[in-house]
Amino acid sequence: MTLKDTLPVLAFPHPAKPRKHADPDQLAKAIAALRGALESETRRATADTPAQEEATPESFSPVGTPPTAPYKVNAAPLTRVEDTRTDALTRRITAIHLPHFAMERWLRWSTQHSQRPPEDLPLVLATEGTHGPIVYASNRAAEVEGVHIGARIVDMRALCPNLRIEYADVGGDQAALARLMLWMRRWCPWTATDGAAGLVLDTTGCDHLFGGEAAMLRDMEERLAGLGLSANLATAPTHGAAWALSHMGGVREICTAANLIPRMNALPVRSLRLDGGTIQLLHRLGLKTVGDLIAVPRISLARRFSRAALAQNPLIRLDQILGQLAEPISASEEPPRFSVQANLPEAVQDPTAHLPALCEALCAQMAKSGFGTRRICVTVFRTDGEVREISVATAQASRDADHLLKLFDDKLEKIDPGFGFDLITLAATVIEKLNLHQSRLDGEGETGAALAQMIDRLSARLGAKTITRPRSHPSHIPERAEIWATALHAPAPIKSPAIKRPIKLFDHPEEVRVLYAVPEGPPAQFVWRKITHRVVRFEGPERIAPEWWRDMPGTRLRDYYNVESQTARRFWLYREGVLGDARGNTPRWFVHGVFA
Amino acid sequence: MTTLKSTTQRLRARAKTVAIEATLAEVFSDHTSDGASIAFAAAHLNAGGKPVLWVQDRLSRKETGRPYLAGLPNAMQLIHVDVSNARDLLWAMEEGLRCPELGGVIGEVWGDPAMLDFTATKRLALRSEAHNVPAWLIRHAGHPNLSAARLRWRVGSLPAMNNPYDAHAPGQPLWRAELFRARWRTPGEWVVHHDRDGLHFDHGIDRQTAPLQREAL
Repeated sequence: MTLKDTLPVLAFPHPAKPRKHADPDQLAKAIAALRGALESETRRATADTPAQEEATPESFSPVGTPPTAPYKVNAAPLTRVEDTRTDALTRRITAIHLPHFAMERWLRWSTQHSQRPPEDLPLVLATEGTHGPIVYASNRAAEVEGVHIGARIVDMRALCPNLRIEYADVGGDQAALARLMLWMRRWCPWTATDGAAGLVLDTTGCDHLFGGEAAMLRDMEERLAGLGLSANLATAPTHGAAWALSHMGGVREICTAANLIPRMNALPVRSLRLDGGTIQLLHRLGLKTVGDLIAVPRISLARRFSRAALAQNPLIRLDQILGQLAEPISASEEPPRFSVQANLPEAVQDPTAHLPALCEALCAQMAKSGFGTRRICVTVFRTDGEVREISVATAQASRDADHLLKLFDDKLEKIDPGFGFDLITLAATVIEKLNLHQSRLDGEGETGAALAQMIDRLSARLGAKTITRPRSHPSHIPERAEIWATALHAPAPIKSPAIKRPIKLFDHPEEVRVLYAVPEGPPAQFVWRKITHRVVRFEGPERIAPEWWRDMPGTRLRDYYNVESQTARRFWLYREGVLGDARGNTPRWFVHGVFA
Repeated sequence: MTTLKSTTQRLRARAKTVAIEATLAEVFSDHTSDGASIAFAAAHLNAGGKPVLWVQDRLSRKETGRPYLAGLPNAMQLIHVDVSNARDLLWAMEEGLRCPELGGVIGEVWGDPAMLDFTATKRLALRSEAHNVPAWLIRHAGHPNLSAARLRWRVGSLPAMNNPYDAHAPGQPLWRAELFRARWRTPGEWVVHHDRDGLHFDHGIDRQTAPLQREAL
């Protein structure tokens, strides 16, 4: 990949957006920050793996499997000690801590069901612990009474007799947090969950779109408060520092690279994301703050914690917080390279009116870089903190705005708008290199384009599974010799056997009652769909043995007959097994197909 | 003195001057499990390497089976569309007819759905003629109601020819094809077979000139 390709997509300022244009100074600063971050990371990567760069072609990824390449920004080995601090500190990471996420989610649920308890009633959410239920989350009234998280419910009930206990939905909280993480992509493309109640965003170069970092953080906090969530936010050059400031710093604290070390010096060692045992040990050693830890010689710390797990090693955590050790944000998928968005002044229910302009903008972006899309995805960011998306696929890379727009024709009705959404994103999730070409001088009849577009339209409306092409499969069993693959894939050459085969084949062979002269011979008469057919002429048998490498043991062979009935209709019958093959009773007969 | 001509005569006269290459044709058959109607339509599609769009509704697929490529004539390329109702079938057929890169469109309908009326068939016919993509509508268990199909066939199986290598085996299939309504041709009845050289219409009977023979057949 070239340097440009790893560039996260900037939020595209829609022409009709209500907010004012970004300040040019801020824009310049953001671009400089982004470029610095990318350059430092590329430099580090080339130092690590000099020959690996050209390996990944940028163009192809098959439909249905969006690129699952892991975050490729150079997860440096944990043992690096060389000083890359000034380079790594150009990134801007925002950490969001949701201290009462589980309780606030439960309260929102109870409000929706008109069961919200009064504010002064002590309330806890319980979950199963090792020795009975323990406190998972508590409200303010319970905290005042002395209830704390992790304590056993029986103890807390003794402390506070009128405690109300509800069961926590831990899995539901995780799922809600994952959905919230997707919703946070309205601010920047690269987001991930961070622990049980935290989110982390790579906002490098995104803040100028929202009027600077302070304004962006205020915007985030306001919108989260609108969802009923209290949040502590902080922006810092490293993930560790942002986490520490969001948990232990001030309100919406912003830490620049210059004052990173002085700010970190003052924080307690708890801000290093260590477990309780390690923190206790550090306290016993008299190391109360990060500054104390920095003052200790490295070699002593390394020797003292040589056996600690990497995540619990204070030295590693110290390096991460100060940017000496890279700690990339591992988003679940790579942000799309081409993406446009429309910011709406107020929430709407129907995205149809905004799609044409978005399609045009996306196609213009792709045309500029010589790419086409195989799959595009409309995402709406709802005002209630949810994200809904609809994607369509194409059989051939395309950047024809009209065509792409038409694929969404009946689909947009299926999007669930909730109480409305105020941001629409259109992203090309699977892209392919698409160069301009002209196959004929008169410029008409580009081969394959019309066919591919027809398949796209059919697939978009009827579902990709219903549009199929036959494909040869090396098998003697008739129904396995041709398999139906979705037509969105490229057609495969098909080989027809020289043997006579029926024109229609039933999905499931239909059993018939048969009269025959000898059990091993051809049928004389059979009853199929309540109609008696007398066999006038027949051809066969053609014996097809089961595939022992695939079929269950005990599968019987098939003897196929091509018969003509007295009404001149021609069928393909088979007898399953022969009498005395020790694989069952009297063989059964089936109609499998119809001849011309 | 000029003789007055009926509309039919005018149309037939026009057919001699204008060559309609592709249009909508309907095929009926007496038995639903008869492969003759499918084979007759498929044999007409001389796609020349172009793919054929084959649309089937759910009942047709369950009752008459799925097309099997090894049994279709001359290595036809297929794109199969599996729809659940007549509305989607007509829509898919129209979408296919708009694409000039297709060698033909075959639609299999079960019964007489209300959607498949004169307007729907007229749309199909006009689309087909405008884009020069032949369309074949196979009407399983259907009745020849009002329709704008330019050609309407009734096709059934006849006892096959003798197999030169096996006296007990059926040989080359034979079909009875009756053209009972046609816009630019004379209706008639033929014994048809298909081989490498194409379709052969033998023993033709013109219904207007020889109505008695038809009844005798």
